[in-house]
Amino acid sequence: MLTVSNLTVGYGQSRVIHEMNFSLRAEEILAIMGRNGMGKTTLLKSLIGILPSRQGSILLGDKEISGLASHERVRSGIAFVPQGRMIFPALTVSENILTGARGPVEKSAWDEIYALFPILHEMRKRKGGNLSGGQQQQLAIARALISNPKVLVLDEPTEGIQPSIIKDIARALRQIRSARKIAIIVTEQVVSFMMDVCDRALVIERGRFVHEAPREGLSADQVRSLLAV
Amino acid sequence: MQSFAGFSLFSVLLLMALGLAIIFGQMGVVNLAHGEFMALGAYTVYLSSTVVHTYLPALAPYYFVIAIVIAFLVAGLTGWLVEWSLIRFLYKRPLDTLLATWGLSLIMQQSFRSIFGAREVTPTLPEWLMGSFKPSESIDIPINGVFVMGLTLALTLGIWLFMYRSRIGLQMRATVQNRVMSGAAGINTRLVDRFTFSLGCGIAGVAGAAFTTIGSTGPDSGSRYIVDTFLVVVFGGTASLMGTIASAFGIAQGQSILEFFLKGTMGKVAVLMVIVLVLMIRPQGLFASKIRS
Repeated sequence: MLTVSNLTVGYGQSRVIHEMNFSLRAEEILAIMGRNGMGKTTLLKSLIGILPSRQGSILLGDKEISGLASHERVRSGIAFVPQGRMIFPALTVSENILTGARGPVEKSAWDEIYALFPILHEMRKRKGGNLSGGQQQQLAIARALISNPKVLVLDEPTEGIQPSIIKDIARALRQIRSARKIAIIVTEQVVSFMMDVCDRALVIERGRFVHEAPREGLSADQVRSLLAV
Repeated sequence: MQSFAGFSLFSVLLLMALGLAIIFGQMGVVNLAHGEFMALGAYTVYLSSTVVHTYLPALAPYYFVIAIVIAFLVAGLTGWLVEWSLIRFLYKRPLDTLLATWGLSLIMQQSFRSIFGAREVTPTLPEWLMGSFKPSESIDIPINGVFVMGLTLALTLGIWLFMYRSRIGLQMRATVQNRVMSGAAGINTRLVDRFTFSLGCGIAGVAGAAFTTIGSTGPDSGSRYIVDTFLVVVFGGTASLMGTIASAFGIAQGQSILEFFLKGTMGKVAVLMVIVLVLMIRPQGLFASKIRS
């Protein structure tokens, strides 16, 4: 579904991601784990086109997207839920969702989104900035889903979210994968969440993957030791 | 009568400020050439008037309404060209934008002077825009003033509907709030920028068309209004349509009424002092969104 080859990304003189290679299978949930500052967010920003890559290739299906602008990548089928949600605070909930849509949105699409996140239906006329952190996270996922992506990319979706909502988000991700048959990449530091949702995990350290394991081959303690300073 | 004079000034300020509120409030671009886009609209009406009265006199009673649309298109398309050729390279450089648009305003003024001459010009207005009506013996209301007010109200409503009921309006509001995230949500922010600038310039063109019913147009007609227009936008709150309307109304009425009681420029000074005081207390302007940080 997504194939990344020799991807190098950096800021100014410094390189953050070093000739990275990985692929994402159809309908797979891939967790990318690592401590702060190891390059998780940089990698995801590069996938969505917020940060330009210095070299390498990003294939979405058969299409090379590494040279495209962000909005063109979204139209190609990749959607992004950023760290810190970045919802539009002065737009209403329904307007926030609409910003992710191309063309008219069918009633069935609204129904699907609101079935997944019922609280957003209740809050649909409220300003996005007046929602709680957990509600904003659900809104950011809904905004990404309305573009009908083939690949959904989430950057630390549990950051600053209360535990009960974290479980809701995990449930929603599994539901999204099975209902829409899409692949998901999620960066995470919360081990329990990762163990709950992923099929495979990659551990990133200083811009390189240092460990890869399927979910079945991982234990929470093993992951914690890999993430320990 | 003084109150009606305030309403006329309100219409003038609001028409100018609506376009600027979109460009400055939504994009953060300080467009010092905004007044010249207004003059471009006015000159477009003058040219339309000349062409119609010379070649198509039968259309004379109706041309003015079509000329307003042409003024919108000419100013809007020029704005599109200016954004593409100049402004887009300066988005992260506000001081350079200031200089570039000031230079553009000088170029446009000189172009008007070279093409139309230094003297002021006036289009021949249709009969139905001339004269006045008297609701009572002591009150004489000019029809052109009422027309400008009607046009202002219609345009304000149109802009509100566009900004809050259309998809491109939604994309414009999203891009203002978070450009990077808008792109990552699938919005073509460069196209939105070009459209926003072009729309603001087009509205300035309509403002220019409206001004031809009130006064004559010269090469520097636009620059006379630019400071007041910025005051309206900043005082109202840069990203608020309601703020722009309330601010234009407050400044225009305050200025007209205070000039009546205080005489001369003292009315204007008093209004400026009030604006400075309010901005000291509320730097974000009168209207600002209340949202969680």
